[in-house]
Amino acid sequence: MNLVLAVDVPPISHVTIWGSGPFGFNKTAAIYLFATVATLLIFWLGTRRKDALVPSGLLQNTAESGVAFVRNQIIMQTMGTDGLGYLPYLTALFFFIFFSNITEIFPFVQFPANARFGMPLVLALLTWVIYNVVGVAKQGPIHYLKNSTIPPGVPIAILPLVMVIELVSTFVVRPFSLMVRLFANMLAGHLILVTFASLCAALWALKPTVVIMPFSFLLLVAMTGFEILVSFLQAFIFTILTAVYIDSSMHPAH
Amino acid sequence: MVLLHLLLAQAAADPTKGLTAIGRGIVYGGAAIGPGIGIGLVVGNAITAMARQPESAGTVRTTMFLGIAFTEALALFGFVLAFIISG
Repeated sequence: MNLVLAVDVPPISHVTIWGSGPFGFNKTAAIYLFATVATLLIFWLGTRRKDALVPSGLLQNTAESGVAFVRNQIIMQTMGTDGLGYLPYLTALFFFIFFSNITEIFPFVQFPANARFGMPLVLALLTWVIYNVVGVAKQGPIHYLKNSTIPPGVPIAILPLVMVIELVSTFVVRPFSLMVRLFANMLAGHLILVTFASLCAALWALKPTVVIMPFSFLLLVAMTGFEILVSFLQAFIFTILTAVYIDSSMHPAH
Repeated sequence: MVLLHLLLAQAAADPTKGLTAIGRGIVYGGAAIGPGIGIGLVVGNAITAMARQPESAGTVRTTMFLGIAFTEALALFGFVLAFIISG
């Protein structure tokens, strides 16, 4: 029975719900609050010394290298100089997603807030609204619809089929896959960590198999390192895909 | 052993539960085949490109991550679908 207790993972609702109703405050909301405050503080405290040309201190270095990273690795690679106006939004998006992912490996927190699909859905819908508004504003509604459903160089015979596919892929699959990618990656990583941690506990409880426990524990440590990479990579991918979608609205393929 | 007996007892009580679990495994396993091959192709070709032209490694790496993200989405759909299946 001890073993079953060790393997059994309590339902999330038992652990995280501190209040209920639409304004209920739980662990996920607390992590999002932390991510918001951390993003705000880094860019507020890190950019106060406007007279200092040479950056110093952890906060200023983080803020400046974060902005440089988003500018050089995300915007210049996808949108070019036209997209530099989106630098504040994309930087905030990157840091917010990264901070709400990285709590996955914080001791005693150990939960990526993006493993619940509420906030990924909101962020994906925000991206959807931005690239549609940009497309309509830059190309006009008729041209935008034409450019996003008719790819250049398609034979006329299969055009109806291609148009339906492109319409669904641009306006339905894009936000859905953005949401699912972030949410499922963080949920899968969290489940892997939980599985190996429970396995360690179960092997500890059952005396003869305790010799296997170090291997499970080493794999747990290795997966924790891997999850640091994943939470960075998912923030990067969400941000760069937002940039790619905005770019496809700003510069349609001819 | 205790866990195994418990699982067997559950399976005897409700045989469809085991079938649901098998279905979940098949859904995720099937959904992982194609993206596995696809990510292999993407990364393999990206490494070839980087080895041939190391000065373009930065651009190739960004595009590689994009390609991985698009390919991986299919496997993740299967992962989510495996959770949605209930019986």
